[in-house]
Amino acid sequence: MPSILPETELHNPQTTKTPLDPHLKALENEAIHIFREVAAEFDKPVMLYSVGKDSSVLLHLARKAFYPGRVPFPLLHVNTGWKFAEMISFRDEIIKTYDLDLIEHVNPRGAAENVTPFTHGSALYTDIMKTEGLRQALDAGGYDAAFGGARRDEEASRAKERIYSFRTPDHRWDPRNQRPELWNLYNGMIRKGESVRAFPLSNWTEVDIWRYIQAEDIPIVPLYFAKSRPVVERDGMTILAEDPRLELLPGEIKRDEVIRFRTLGCFPLTGAIRSEATTLDDIISELETATVSERQGRAIDRDQSGSMEKKKREGYF
Amino acid sequence: MSVSATAQIGTLEAKTGTVSAFPAVEGARALRDTRPLRLITCGSVDDGKSTLIGRLLWDTKAVKDDQAATLRRDSGQQNDLGLPDFALLLDGLQAEREQGITIDVAYRYFATDKRSFIVADTPGHEQYTRNMATGASTADLAVLLVDARAGLLEQTRRHATIATLMGIKQFVLAVNKIDLIGYDRARFDQISHEFRELALSLGVRQITAIPVSALKGENVVYDGSASMPWYDGPTLVEVLELATVRSAQTVGFRLPVQRVSRPGESFRGYQGTVAGGAVKPGDSVVILPSGMVANVAKIVTFDLVRNAAVAGDAITLVLDRQVDVSRGDMIVSLDSQPQTGLSFDAQIVALQADGIQPAKRYWLKSGSRRQRVTIQPTSQLDLKSGKWNAHRETLPMNAIGKVHLSFDEQAMFDAYEQNRITGAFILIDPDTNNTVAGGMITAKRSSLSGIHTEDNRVILSLPADLADQLMATELFAARREEADIRRLPAGKANDVLAGIDN
Repeated sequence: MPSILPETELHNPQTTKTPLDPHLKALENEAIHIFREVAAEFDKPVMLYSVGKDSSVLLHLARKAFYPGRVPFPLLHVNTGWKFAEMISFRDEIIKTYDLDLIEHVNPRGAAENVTPFTHGSALYTDIMKTEGLRQALDAGGYDAAFGGARRDEEASRAKERIYSFRTPDHRWDPRNQRPELWNLYNGMIRKGESVRAFPLSNWTEVDIWRYIQAEDIPIVPLYFAKSRPVVERDGMTILAEDPRLELLPGEIKRDEVIRFRTLGCFPLTGAIRSEATTLDDIISELETATVSERQGRAIDRDQSGSMEKKKREGYF
Repeated sequence: MSVSATAQIGTLEAKTGTVSAFPAVEGARALRDTRPLRLITCGSVDDGKSTLIGRLLWDTKAVKDDQAATLRRDSGQQNDLGLPDFALLLDGLQAEREQGITIDVAYRYFATDKRSFIVADTPGHEQYTRNMATGASTADLAVLLVDARAGLLEQTRRHATIATLMGIKQFVLAVNKIDLIGYDRARFDQISHEFRELALSLGVRQITAIPVSALKGENVVYDGSASMPWYDGPTLVEVLELATVRSAQTVGFRLPVQRVSRPGESFRGYQGTVAGGAVKPGDSVVILPSGMVANVAKIVTFDLVRNAAVAGDAITLVLDRQVDVSRGDMIVSLDSQPQTGLSFDAQIVALQADGIQPAKRYWLKSGSRRQRVTIQPTSQLDLKSGKWNAHRETLPMNAIGKVHLSFDEQAMFDAYEQNRITGAFILIDPDTNNTVAGGMITAKRSSLSGIHTEDNRVILSLPADLADQLMATELFAARREEADIRRLPAGKANDVLAGIDN
């Protein structure tokens, strides 16, 4: 019998892989369901793509959800200009390999006023380059739904966020007035100008992400794996000292150390961890005995208590 | 005599095995062989709910050192055991911290070597019935918490009732603060017994009662036999590890179509998540509401072309012929179909301040289908007594009511008892776009209200004033539900009757 699949889709290198365990399969099914629901209910969705491990999983799930079709929405990368160089090259490679549409946005005001994490402090810098930049990009595209890779286990205010998280026309989140969300029935009804952030990974934990990356053989930025890299200690964090724009302060010494990153963001604000984990197996076993959370390496979360809720109310993802 | 007969009040059913026979598995993390267990915790701050959940997270190492440090910094104080204030861990919103209350449903994640868990943590007070219903909608099991000093309270009955209505069939009673009554076994047995009576009256048979000190960590994750040698039942986590995940009960295949995939001329697939039963190539299916019949040609997924799919699988279904299928349709097995019709009975929980108003037109979303509906309340549940009282007016926020649903276009449902996905719906207010109710289908109504279609009926054509007098009688009022009344001009009524004679 002739195949009814398009000719190009017949070759599938993954047919020999072992099936997912029921735990990961349930999480995958839920995420695919959310992707399809949003794509069907909204006029103009977009997927926030930050190039990190959660985004990599999110992208993989999107490709699965719409197979054998193409991912029916563009990816949006809100760049700050201060991302790790390896993230950008990885991103460009992925976009090319998987035939995706990428929209990159850098806040022009931030660029014009030369807003940097060094000159403006992490809080103001994040506000301008990430939160404001995101709002600009969403407004410019007229998107009525934006997928994000946030997980409820990441942070206290996220634990209460819905899978369809409603935003006002100025992108505000009102945590005290959220729509109830029962069963798997999501309410996608909005007025013009309003939008929804959709979180297919809401119920995933950090270990789930890594086990899924391993099971599905999902490509990730090499910075997640341990390697000898040039670093410097600053504000109690070990940061990567590769970028020529990083100026050493008095007393700071650049040295090589075997490190890796547990999360990836802007290099001046992301702390490395000392680790020998060079494989996914290593990372997973390291995680299972870890005594600190992944966001510990993020400067922006430590500015003040409840800082994530505040940022989210203002439109941060 | 073994204590367990009274202490555990009805052991878990056969599927989960004997509760006392827990193999002490240590060492390497096994592959998870089930999906995550979803549970809801019911109780109030006074019962020590936040402490219990905090204890679960802490003792399963789901809370990391930096999070604990933040808690210590925020609370500025520690409890007797030098542990941080767990309540702050759970109440993540600033308003909650400021007011010291839990406002909303929070979801928490923890895992043991055997299984992972998703906890819906909901506030306990009466004004938060809606939050509890939300958390319960996806839960497999409910943990009901009571303070050993206070015993069962009115809210315990309320929580148990709501959990049962939302379809939860497994209860764990955590009798907390057992240390504060000197680990009194007789008191524990008494509370357990009362709870068993309550649960049985609600039709719940899978019940486990556990004496717990959340503060001291006894019988939560670690056993408390040092303090309670008389208790030889499972710890809370052991019960959770062996609990069953609830699955759709219907045998019939159900696929609510989310979207149609047409990447090229030659491919047309119907994408959705299997909501019940199973499907394989060659099966005959019906597309509802159109009623067209086709056979399954293929089940397509990213990984491989599959030879079967079961409930929960997100798939793309290809049929063997060109049929008209769009989002909102349901593809179902030929020999076991859901009910279709314009009129259904349901139970709903009112979620917003405006309540649910009779005669107002709402949007109803079920599966991938959204359609217009009007609601007629018939009764409201009194959560204090567990009785249903006649109620035909607006159902206020937090009310649980029985209602009739009337549709303009064909609707299709299974009873919620049979299928938790195809029997559930939400109501959306078209004025605010807010989700205003959650509902569960109990039965289809025949197009003539409340009667069986094969019963004999009499159609009378009466002058309006005479009809009004008849309808004012007690006899008629008592059976008003069974009558179907239309007011027509005399000429039109004659035409209708003439049409019947033909």
